[in-house]
Amino acid sequence: MATTPAGKSLSVVAPQEDFDPGIAVVSTMSPQNPGLPPEHLRVTDLDPKEEKKAERLIALFFILSIVGSVFAAVAYVSFPIVSGDMQSVRNNNLFVGLGITVSLLGVGIGAVHWAKSLMHGHELVEERHPTKGTDEERKTAVEVFSQANKESGFTRRSLVRNTLIGAFLAAPIPAVVLFRDLAPAADPIAKMKETLWAEGVRLARDPSGAPIKASEVTIGSVFHIIPEGLAELEHHRLEEKAKAAVLVMRLPLDALNELPERASWSYQGIVAYSKICTHVGCPVALYEQQTHHLLCPCHQSQFDVTNHCEVIFGPAARPLPQLPLTVDAEGYLVAQSDFTEPVGPSFWEREL
Amino acid sequence: MSTTVENQTTTPQGPGMRFTSKAANYVDERTSASTAVKALGRKIFPDHWSFMLGEVALYSFIVILISGTFLTLFYDPSMTEVEYEGSYLPLRGIEMSVAYHTSLDLSFDVRGGLLMRQVHHWAALLFIAAIGLHMLRVFFTGAFRKPRELNWIVGFVLFVLAMAEGFTGYSLPDDLLSGNGLRIIDGMIKAFPVVGVWMSYLFFGDEFPGTVVIQRLYVLHIMLLPAILIATLAIHMVLLVVNKHTQFAGPGRTNDNVVGSPVLPVFAAKAGGFFFLVFGVIMLIASLFTINPIWNYGPYDPSPVSAGTQPDWYIGFADGALRLVPPGWEFVLLGYTWSMNILAPTIVLIVFLVLVAAYPFIEAWVTGDKREHHIADRPRNAPVRTAIGAAGVTLYAVMWAAASSDLVATHFKLTIEGVITTLQVLLILGPIAAFMITKRTCLALQRKDREIALHGYESGRIVRLPGGEYVEVHEQLDDYERWRLLDFEEYKPLTVRPNPNGKITAGTRVRAGLSRWFFEDRVMPVEAKELEGAKH
Repeated sequence: MATTPAGKSLSVVAPQEDFDPGIAVVSTMSPQNPGLPPEHLRVTDLDPKEEKKAERLIALFFILSIVGSVFAAVAYVSFPIVSGDMQSVRNNNLFVGLGITVSLLGVGIGAVHWAKSLMHGHELVEERHPTKGTDEERKTAVEVFSQANKESGFTRRSLVRNTLIGAFLAAPIPAVVLFRDLAPAADPIAKMKETLWAEGVRLARDPSGAPIKASEVTIGSVFHIIPEGLAELEHHRLEEKAKAAVLVMRLPLDALNELPERASWSYQGIVAYSKICTHVGCPVALYEQQTHHLLCPCHQSQFDVTNHCEVIFGPAARPLPQLPLTVDAEGYLVAQSDFTEPVGPSFWEREL
Repeated sequence: MSTTVENQTTTPQGPGMRFTSKAANYVDERTSASTAVKALGRKIFPDHWSFMLGEVALYSFIVILISGTFLTLFYDPSMTEVEYEGSYLPLRGIEMSVAYHTSLDLSFDVRGGLLMRQVHHWAALLFIAAIGLHMLRVFFTGAFRKPRELNWIVGFVLFVLAMAEGFTGYSLPDDLLSGNGLRIIDGMIKAFPVVGVWMSYLFFGDEFPGTVVIQRLYVLHIMLLPAILIATLAIHMVLLVVNKHTQFAGPGRTNDNVVGSPVLPVFAAKAGGFFFLVFGVIMLIASLFTINPIWNYGPYDPSPVSAGTQPDWYIGFADGALRLVPPGWEFVLLGYTWSMNILAPTIVLIVFLVLVAAYPFIEAWVTGDKREHHIADRPRNAPVRTAIGAAGVTLYAVMWAAASSDLVATHFKLTIEGVITTLQVLLILGPIAAFMITKRTCLALQRKDREIALHGYESGRIVRLPGGEYVEVHEQLDDYERWRLLDFEEYKPLTVRPNPNGKITAGTRVRAGLSRWFFEDRVMPVEAKELEGAKH
């Protein structure tokens, strides 16, 4: 595809220290670099009046900056924050901010304009040198290392050297165990497999904690549910909620397609599913009433409530776990048991 | 052509200078600062708009340090639950962590507090954006080549640190949105084979969300990560000085010199002024535009979430990668759960980042070129590198777009399934198409350059010759303009040659194959002879 006949006018430069032989191609017939172009004089170089004008303009920017600084301090006092009044917060933010903006931009524009219009304008040239040290420096460095090696016997005394390396490698061992107490002694895997749900625990509204009756769940409605008693927990409230949050929906019986082994887990079309996505654990909070689909707003996994919450779209791999429910003597919805599988995102030991 | 730096030694005059010279003498006698001034004071920096991108990153980092220090004076990272009693009425009486409470207080009860929070957040967004653009500039101009490969790695580490700083900082207000971000991180960590559950458990100090993670993120965010970042930044700057800046091809500019302005006074004035401009623009944005209105989200609670949740833009590509996985990518093997729906995108991201970091070494191996390079390539003059870059940008852009798949669907009235499926296809085909289009475009531009260098540009002036023929007059470039089009290096594909033992190794074959892929299609630089020929 080369557009000129290759080879003839190009020669492979003889292998040098810095070259890999036969690879870098340098054209010896390339045109001459014309050198620096003649200096271009600015209007401020030619006209003293313009120079004076630029000087005044730059000073004006610096003065403007001073004005901005003072204005910001004045605004800080004259636009106080009135508790509960969001407009006062907005004004304080705006006017203090604009004052500081003028203060900063004044200095910036002034300095750049100074550099561009008044400071000595033409370009200067500096020679580059190879990045590596000179041959002499490199020789000295090699001598220093070999001298140090001779004096210490670093390569000669291999027993000392190797045990030292071993000691260095072993040094981080204490650090590994030191981090164990970042978390409590209890086994996390056991914790992840249980939630606050148990036989007879009432389903309660999130966040009020008021129990809910089966008769309150009408067809098409959706309730955000927590186990009764969770809202009053003193400790680990959020940890428990992150596992126990549930969605309760009532579907027309003909729309509900239940697994035979789960036929007794619902009550008159009322079903409860974990609200924690099986993908990475976001709350699956969006319920599409017409299609009975649940949508996770984080990564758009979709679950079909009519088909035991199987995944119909998105990156999630497993259906949402179902909470078996029934009603107690007073008509309140209660859990039959805990979930029968771990809720939330997958993990290595999940199936053990 | 080879003028050296001017040394203007003038004796200080005037009352102002007398004080300055005395002060300078005082300092020098105690620090030998004159050595540094001599070495660096008239150091030359070349000028080009694209060289400012790195400066923007540096200056926004300084702004981050200044504004962040202000925030630490009012913020408390405790996750203890308290009832809100501050001045934002809609949240009064709600249980929340001290961290969220103090974030609200510094926004609504401290004068200038909201301003500093917004300065901090906007500066952080600009910091990472500027780093990204700076990396693209370095990549597309080949400024990562010898002797700057190591500084590319240092810069890459800075990029990763900046994202880590961004994410840890984003989580500190402990609001609903950032809490969901942490929840996603937790879910991702848990998916890792063998160590996942334990890493999450130790990091959160209990089951998610625990009561310590904000404090731990705070320590990372304001101490450990900034310390590493500043040290890395120092290495980046030292190597910049040692290697001297690259420059674009131009008249008088060669691989052995650097043409530009001296540090004192012109570059210092421009760069110093530019710091104030960057700071000023961030301040202006922070005064006018709200960023991260945490008061709208409420405190973190594992149950609620709002539709259209999005991470900050720089984490978007990772979030988007998660969204693009088709359903069902998980299996159980030997009793253990393999969550490929999380592992696969994570591996893609890691491979992508490793390739970015390793690219200078890959290209150096393919070209076999061990020369130092100080002239920045115009992207068109390295078509395959530019095409690889375009493919990488496309891959990143598709993953980034996927992070907004739900908003794209709602704003443009599309189905979410349609958007995701389209992006899945684009993820594969987009980079390939970008590669081919970019490479062809580069070659075409090179041919155009060649044409202009040899025959001038079309002037648009039509002349009728005495014989009745109409021709368009071509205007020639002057020598200085033309040189910009001529000065680039040519590579040829490597041929397979046996090594000293007379063997052709597999490595040689791979290298030759890659080299052919890189340099098979190429446009040769104009030679002096051609130029002479064209003139007559």
